[in-house]
Amino acid sequence: MSTAAAKPASKSRLRRNGQTPGTVFRNAFLVTFLILLAIYPLLDRSLGFGKMGSFPAILIYTLLALGLNIVVGFAGLLDLGYAAFFAIGGYTAAFLTSPISPLAPYFQTNFYVAMTLSFITAATFGVILGAPTLRLRGDYLAIVTLAFGEIVPRVFLNLDKWTYGSKGMNPIGRPAIPELIDGQIAVREITNSNQLEWYYVIFIVGCLSVFAIYRLANSRIGRAWMAMREDELAASAMGIDLVQTKLLAFAMGASFSGFAGSLWASMLQVIDPFQFDFTISIVVLSMIILGGIGNLWGVIFGAVVLGFYDRILTQDATNWIHSFAQAVQLPVVTDLLLQVDLSQFKYMIFGVALVILMVTRPEGIFPNRQRAAELHAEGPEGLDQLGEDALVDRTLGGVRA
Amino acid sequence: MQLHEEVLQVLLIGIANGAIVALVALGYTLVYGIIELINFAHGDVFMLGTMTALTLITWITSTFGVRNPLHLPPPLLVLSIVGMLIVAAMVCATINVLIERIAYRRLRNAPRLAPLISAIGMSFILINVGLIWKSPRQLNFPDVIPRIDIFQDIFGIKTGLLLTVKDVIVVALAVPLMIGLQLFVQRTRLGKAMRATAQDRDAASMMGIDINLTIALTFLIGGLLAGAAGSIYGMYNNSAYFLQGFRNGLYAFTAAVMGGIGNIQGAFLGGMLIGIIAAVSDRLLDPRWTEAVVFALLVVVLIFKPTGLLGEETTERA
Repeated sequence: MSTAAAKPASKSRLRRNGQTPGTVFRNAFLVTFLILLAIYPLLDRSLGFGKMGSFPAILIYTLLALGLNIVVGFAGLLDLGYAAFFAIGGYTAAFLTSPISPLAPYFQTNFYVAMTLSFITAATFGVILGAPTLRLRGDYLAIVTLAFGEIVPRVFLNLDKWTYGSKGMNPIGRPAIPELIDGQIAVREITNSNQLEWYYVIFIVGCLSVFAIYRLANSRIGRAWMAMREDELAASAMGIDLVQTKLLAFAMGASFSGFAGSLWASMLQVIDPFQFDFTISIVVLSMIILGGIGNLWGVIFGAVVLGFYDRILTQDATNWIHSFAQAVQLPVVTDLLLQVDLSQFKYMIFGVALVILMVTRPEGIFPNRQRAAELHAEGPEGLDQLGEDALVDRTLGGVRA
Repeated sequence: MQLHEEVLQVLLIGIANGAIVALVALGYTLVYGIIELINFAHGDVFMLGTMTALTLITWITSTFGVRNPLHLPPPLLVLSIVGMLIVAAMVCATINVLIERIAYRRLRNAPRLAPLISAIGMSFILINVGLIWKSPRQLNFPDVIPRIDIFQDIFGIKTGLLLTVKDVIVVALAVPLMIGLQLFVQRTRLGKAMRATAQDRDAASMMGIDINLTIALTFLIGGLLAGAAGSIYGMYNNSAYFLQGFRNGLYAFTAAVMGGIGNIQGAFLGGMLIGIIAAVSDRLLDPRWTEAVVFALLVVVLIFKPTGLLGEETTERA
């Protein structure tokens, strides 16, 4: 493939450390957004939204999105079976903590140990799936992960001797938190109904994850991932072991999904195979693509917005339409509006979002700069017509460090 | 039932199901051959084909005031089956062409994963169209072909083997469609244009071939076959379900890869193999494991022989 002349226009877009007004605005927006997220429970109480119940789930989705972003955003491997690792993590926690699990007579742990082990188990499965398949081309890899994502819940469903099949496993161990009673520190488990405590447990885990991922993204490994994503050939020529680096990304992504799964199982107190179908993988994929693939803050934004839409907005909007219909009392319109149920259309929006974003703005709302450049380049190779200096410089820098 | 009868029975079930899988697999293989895209939405186009056929047959029976399509006078029944096949095929062809226009055309030169994600989005949209249109229940597709046991009722042979008119009709509909497609691609000018576009898009364009038209034509043919397959599936299995496209789409994709993606005979061979493997797994293991078996097979084939049985190295471009 011959190299076309670099377009001067793309150079100004790719200013390296330039703090353009747009970037400042963007950063300010994202910081405000994170602060809002941190104090949301207070806002919810003082403003009387009454939506706390949905927020722990939204945060778990955000964790999933962060993990998938490592695989899809950083390393550029399309993983369509991400829910499989979520399921593996959840079932690991259930096996280790539930009194009805087949392991119960021999081995039981508390929730935190189970969470760590589900992290490790999911990573192991990530390696088991990844080792033979990561040599495949991108689209074949996507299909293999998709098939894996279908096999895993089915296996959990069919092995009903151990997993109780479609009935699911219940109860599941809960995290314990320290509490101050009369000046003494006591430890007790979070109850199911205490959404506030769940929110902050997941929020803290989330913050630790964000910190870890942020450090990872700017480390030698993170730069190797991005180099590989931009151009596998160039990356391997620079001495990056492609399979090993991909495997690491795959295992890291899987492990995040794994401990998100254990939190999920513990929060719901019941786990069954139907919680982990293909829909979850696609919802999480939509989240990272909407927010800006490869950009940590964008991904968090996308996850919270789509999670909010998924868990809260469809239900509320339906209620609004219904109460509006009852308020106006028009002969035909009221009947029609009362039949509207937006939750029916809920998942269609994810599909629509994926298509529209891919066709018009594949880099998402808050793009990662290199990723955006790559997606907008003409030609299948992506690198050919960029302002090459910026990109090549970065890839080289990644390896040299 | 003796052993040889049982083996034959499993083969018969496998071939009839395999013929349907093969028809869907052709859609994957044609599109992959020409633009190297896994048209993920194809399985769901197939599902909409079943839904269209179901709607039509329900409409016909209620128009003529009979409870069951089999109570229609025979000429009318034949006419409505043919009409159902044609309408479903045309509806699916239209949908498929629209999908290409909306979701894939602008991404033709984008990195490989962009159109794939767009395809997944499309698939998700179509699944939900099916869900909203026909409810989340598994629907009953009425019998349109009389249940006649060929060996027992027609030839009067005493055997445990069950071969119904339905099985024969499924194969009799699917095989000519595949032969017709093969002839179209090999013998006509448009078929030649398709092959040229698959080989080298730029060169084909320089020879005066309208690339957009040729690609749209490929999607049209894929849609026609998916629509026909959808109605045949409904007739054969007596069921319609909004998620059927997902599972059967993956089966068909497995078939296409197994046969060698981009290869028309390969898709046929792969479809038959998948049908038989699924039937064997239903019989020897448990039907609830069949899906896992076929998907595991997909993983294994992609790892060890991604070019498939009849795959040519020409598909390895990019």
